[in-house]
Amino acid sequence: MKRKHKRLTFVVIALALLGTAAGLVLTALEDNIVFFFSPTDLAEKRPGPDQRLRLGGLVEEESVQKPGDGITLFKVTDTANTVAVRYKGVLPDLFREGQGVVAEGRLQNGVFVAEEVLAKHDENYMPPEVAEAIKKSGQWQGKDQGKDQ
Amino acid sequence: MTAELGHFTLILALCVALVQAVFPLVGAARDNEVWMGLARPTAMFQFLLVSISFGCLTHLYVTSDFSVLNVASNSNTAMPMLYKVSGVWGNHEGSLLLWVLILAIFGAAVAAFGRNLPPALRARVLSVQAMIAVGFYLFMLFTSNPFERLFPAPINGRELNPLLQDPGLAFHPPMLYLGYVGFSMAFSFAIAALIEGRVDAAWARWVRPWTMAAWCFLTAGITLGSWWAYYELGWGGWWYWDPVENASFMPWLAGTALLHSATVVEKRDSLKGWTVLLAIITFSLSLLGTFLVRSGVLTSVHAFATDPTRGVFILMLLIVVIGGSLALYAFRAPKLVSSGLFQPVSREGALLFNNLVMTTAAAAVLLGTLYPLFLDAIGGAKVSVGPPFFNAVFIPIMIPMIAAMAFGPLLNWKRGDLVAAFGQLRLAAILGLVALAATYMWQTDGPIFATLGMGLAVWLGLGTLTELAGRARLFTAPAGAWGRFRRMPRASWGMVLGHFGLALAIAGMAGAGGWTKESIQTMHPGETVDLAGYEFTFDGASEGQGPNYTAIVGKFTVRKSGDVIAELVAEKRNYPIGGMPTTEAGIETRLAGDLYAVIGDPEGEDGGFVTRLYFNPLVVWMWIGAMVMVFGGVLSLTDRRYRVGAPKRSRAGAAVAAGA
Repeated sequence: MKRKHKRLTFVVIALALLGTAAGLVLTALEDNIVFFFSPTDLAEKRPGPDQRLRLGGLVEEESVQKPGDGITLFKVTDTANTVAVRYKGVLPDLFREGQGVVAEGRLQNGVFVAEEVLAKHDENYMPPEVAEAIKKSGQWQGKDQGKDQ
Repeated sequence: MTAELGHFTLILALCVALVQAVFPLVGAARDNEVWMGLARPTAMFQFLLVSISFGCLTHLYVTSDFSVLNVASNSNTAMPMLYKVSGVWGNHEGSLLLWVLILAIFGAAVAAFGRNLPPALRARVLSVQAMIAVGFYLFMLFTSNPFERLFPAPINGRELNPLLQDPGLAFHPPMLYLGYVGFSMAFSFAIAALIEGRVDAAWARWVRPWTMAAWCFLTAGITLGSWWAYYELGWGGWWYWDPVENASFMPWLAGTALLHSATVVEKRDSLKGWTVLLAIITFSLSLLGTFLVRSGVLTSVHAFATDPTRGVFILMLLIVVIGGSLALYAFRAPKLVSSGLFQPVSREGALLFNNLVMTTAAAAVLLGTLYPLFLDAIGGAKVSVGPPFFNAVFIPIMIPMIAAMAFGPLLNWKRGDLVAAFGQLRLAAILGLVALAATYMWQTDGPIFATLGMGLAVWLGLGTLTELAGRARLFTAPAGAWGRFRRMPRASWGMVLGHFGLALAIAGMAGAGGWTKESIQTMHPGETVDLAGYEFTFDGASEGQGPNYTAIVGKFTVRKSGDVIAELVAEKRNYPIGGMPTTEAGIETRLAGDLYAVIGDPEGEDGGFVTRLYFNPLVVWMWIGAMVMVFGGVLSLTDRRYRVGAPKRSRAGAAVAAGA
């Protein structure tokens, strides 16, 4: 093989690899990307029961119930809207009422069925998505609350 | 006083680093030996100063001096000594100090052991090292001073994040950093080579051990982190494709590629420009990893704090380092002419193929990791890219490489014979297919990638052993084989162990990723759950007490066919100071798989608890495989050609001939 041909071989292999990778990335992005929803987004956009999504907000005070068999029912709120969540499994260590939470799952008949509730690793740490969701929906409400007090 | 001394020595270290960055570089350009000679003493002095500074912070932690903000936020008198010390790097500021300390150690190592390096190259390398250090010193002193005082001093501190109070995690950050910073050596050598406009076998022989050492540390660090996540987070998983995990995995992929391409430069005087580029990419990914993790843009355990000034500084530093080095590369790379020619089917070709796959994989991981940030930055939707994406992209990219990996070592340099290589690998191929078929029949429910993984693990493992046996002529001339094994260079053993370790790890990943059995339920004392042929009996829970925590301790007995085979103790700990609970899984490790139990919250009044039980097949092979890989790397580092010393430039040509 001539030098030029050899180089061409490598270029072709490299391009084939990159092309395959790009194809994989594009299909995988389309299928596997998970959008983040706040309770308000959920109320407005009403995603279908097949769409996997992430829900973030605060666990509403006094909303956690345990009907047994490892099932937990709770409500996630961004202070403007509230969504009921059903989850079966061991909750992450820092799951608590009044604290931020991110759950991944699907919205089915108005109830968010979580397959995973994400661990928060530090009591002072709020996932940026949650903080923003609360800020976005809660801005005017925050002021109202201020007036009340 | 100690805090002020630490702060002062840090400022001094910055000044020394500035001298080390400027004078040797100018000296090398003007051929001024006195200025070039400044590189070694300044590197040593810088190391001394940073050591003092780090010692000061450690002292503050050990003596629990809560008048220092950093100590008060991350330490507590009730914490065991191990975690007081590991608390030094268990936070943003302290971890940066550890970073510069390791950087200084590497710099001092070049100064101390680099006697036979050409003076100009040594001066330039140390100068580039100092430039990186300057960036970090400025970042620390302006945005993240670990010695900031707190007034009034609290009586006790806020304690280290309880998740980090774990022996496995105490050594995870230093290991990772040794890896990240170790790649700075390859980077400095690459930049120095670009300035000089030459790369040769002597250069590669210097770069390779540093890269190898960094790679060993990084592999060990990633494994420790994965192992920690496995037993501490209580989800039975070991890899989540979390952005932070990806941040350490990308430099690993690029570093592995660099390791292989540096071999080609050393032995065959080829792929020079590519190797230099890889060195730049690897270190850039290390920097990106450090900062991605520290800047708080990601939702993660590692994000300590969010501070906009830090983010801007980080972005500037990344732009300067990555942009600057790539610009230099664009200008100077055409000067790096490679002389070694090779056919596509050859050892070089195989190594290049490895490089292409590894960098493509690293690029795919980078894309998946940064995509949510990009989308957010341009005002798009908030998304998360999780394991399904990475599994769908990463695994198919890696499969051809694992398949090709058994061939690589069997091909000759310059021109290889694929048919002959396959002839040698026939047994490995047959047994690989048998393993594939057996797994397929035996486990019908797992993902197809896991089945494929088992076949590939057997293929790669046996393929590697085939090469080893062939090299020692174990079957054709068994009499002298033992002697030939013993005379084999350690670097060759390193390759064999590295590849074989990967085969073991693939088997573990396939097993644990494919056929994990899980069961979640409420269990009352005496209740039994059947999982994957094992009977887990919950014996009840009691209260426990640790030095700085209280715990619910759940006991499980596991039986197989009526015989007791394991007792598992799972804990749910509560750390009152931080107000934070942690989960300690009860794990019995067996070669066939781990028995794994987690105790959750109490449910009802009659002693019931939510429990999570797992059977994770073959997990232990992942850790064993990683250990074998690291051991191979360490063995390769003790190879004779590194112990005897790098060849002088004048002898470089002869060394290449001998190496080929």
